[in-house]
Amino acid sequence: MKKSSHPFKKFFSKVWHTIRKIYLQSVRPFLAKINTLLRHNFIYRERNHQVILFSFIRIRITRRLRHALYGYLFIILWLIGIAFFTLYPLGYSFYLSFHQAYYNLQQGVVTTFVGLNNYLNIFRSQTLVPLYTNYVGKMLVAVPIIIVFSIIIAVLVNMPIKTKGLWRTIFFLPVIISTGPVINELNAQSAITLPNLQGSGIYGYIVNNLPSLLADPLTTVINSMLLILWYAGIPILIFLAGLQKIDPSLYEAASMDGASPWMRFWKITLPSLMPFTGISIIYVVVSMSLFVEPGGILDLTRTHMLVGAPDSAFWFGYGYAAAMAWVYFMLMVLLILGFTRLTREKRVKQL
Amino acid sequence: MKLPLIPTMETQQKWRKVWFGKTLTDGLLYKLIIYILLISFSYIYLYPLLFMLINSLKSVDDLINPGVKWIPTVLMWENYERAFEVLKLPQSLIDSTVYVLKVSVSATLSSALIGYGFARFEFPFKKLFFAIMLATFILPQQVTMVANMLIFRELKIISSEWTMLLPAMTGQGINAAIYILIFYTFYKTIPGILIESAEVDGAGQLRIFRSVVLPLAIPSFVIVFLFSFVWYWNESFITGLYVGDKVTLPLWLQAFRASYETIFPPGTPGAELNEAILLSGNMLTILPLLLLYFFGQKLFTQSIDKTGITGE
Repeated sequence: MKKSSHPFKKFFSKVWHTIRKIYLQSVRPFLAKINTLLRHNFIYRERNHQVILFSFIRIRITRRLRHALYGYLFIILWLIGIAFFTLYPLGYSFYLSFHQAYYNLQQGVVTTFVGLNNYLNIFRSQTLVPLYTNYVGKMLVAVPIIIVFSIIIAVLVNMPIKTKGLWRTIFFLPVIISTGPVINELNAQSAITLPNLQGSGIYGYIVNNLPSLLADPLTTVINSMLLILWYAGIPILIFLAGLQKIDPSLYEAASMDGASPWMRFWKITLPSLMPFTGISIIYVVVSMSLFVEPGGILDLTRTHMLVGAPDSAFWFGYGYAAAMAWVYFMLMVLLILGFTRLTREKRVKQL
Repeated sequence: MKLPLIPTMETQQKWRKVWFGKTLTDGLLYKLIIYILLISFSYIYLYPLLFMLINSLKSVDDLINPGVKWIPTVLMWENYERAFEVLKLPQSLIDSTVYVLKVSVSATLSSALIGYGFARFEFPFKKLFFAIMLATFILPQQVTMVANMLIFRELKIISSEWTMLLPAMTGQGINAAIYILIFYTFYKTIPGILIESAEVDGAGQLRIFRSVVLPLAIPSFVIVFLFSFVWYWNESFITGLYVGDKVTLPLWLQAFRASYETIFPPGTPGAELNEAILLSGNMLTILPLLLLYFFGQKLFTQSIDKTGITGE
């Protein structure tokens, strides 16, 4: 082995040395020249900790200024990105949502102002309004379930048991494999529902006795129970991290005073986990809302954007699609605010 | 040897101690309950995966037969062969891996830079920018996608990889806020003395970043890279919209039924598409991620601490 590697080594070191020689002899002096040229010219000059622009604007370079400049240098990519790919599109889609907009090959996007008509059309729509109410209802039912479930699992995993890593691996697995098409396929095979839950009397009771506004979200939650519990992956880890930050001496003191495990859970564990519910709720709401189910609002938004024929009866242009997305986003923000407000009030009460 | 037929007080107490322990929490019963709960919960979590694995190996007769649930009578490896063929596997896997690698590496590098800018330097509007950066996590891509489509159309990069690469390079990609936050919290833990001493030794800020900070940040790089790889791999909606159909393996899966019919036209005997073949396609799609997860599962599950989102 050694013998055969020897000529290779020789060859590569030879190549490396020639490259290095060329770089040192001709490239580096050239770069240095450019550098000095950039620092000492009519427009920009550096002297005695001062920058001189056009020979008459003098700026003292302090440490603070230099730090600020470097800070901007590091985040400049982000600044460009936020302007072009987030803030401008945000403003533009808000603007579009008040307009009727079509794409025209000759003129680009043609917009005509229609006021609030796009939003009104959404509320008039027979297909969209049930989708929105179903979304909100599903969230209202599912998010508390997920949070409670993930707290229970986190507490269980945090107990002195063996193979902690294994359990953690299992409960985090869905975050890795839950990709849209796979979930849709599982959905089609009805592999995401607990068979016992669907067959039980509760299901029939809900369908028969509640108004459809209430029953629909409940049945969707029951039908996709496993899928909903799958969203608990990251909240479980967040709560686990929170549990590990609780001082064990608190528990010791409590058990000295005769508190049962049950009491300890309610009086110590749950209050200390309260600060972590906010971030978990945000995570759950965001990841659940952004999942695109076939026939859902997000899927419809996409169809409204992509179907190109403006004469089609069901196509209302980019403006309508933007308005749909904005209503969805607003509902999402309202949900997040509502849920986090709820947990915060509880915390105040307990204090 | 004389065994006491009637349990004495002593043995009774002993058994009670074994079952309930001194304080109930260290008894056998308590542990048993915990393990039963954990196993039943993990059954819920693994059920879809097991369902997929078992059903993908079933033959058509087993699928119809209600008596066969968990153990198929014959293992149909043929399903996998067909799914392999329909997904155009070796080629599509390579293509999607290359594409996802490009995007996730650029997302990782850009968020490393941006996180350092936020963590180390003080500049005007920093707090405002940081708040906006965190807020982009809540913002669904769907709100901006109408305008983004038009922008990409103007730039003439629609249905090319650049539609994903450009936002990733500028820290606006999928879940970019989380990656920046991971780096941010990591850089905050580097002691300031280390950087100051490098400054005293005459290193410029870029030099410090390259030779002092980057070598320390390698674990964060690995975590962010793994997460962005997984998330970009799984993101089929935006990718399908901007870049085009059949870029990543999940998108191939989405078109599974259509491409199956072109390869095995309907009417050919014994070639009907059944659930087992569909599910084996699913298994093949998630297999690369499963492998990645089982090799790096510690990095995944311990990373939440490192994001610092639990710190407040």
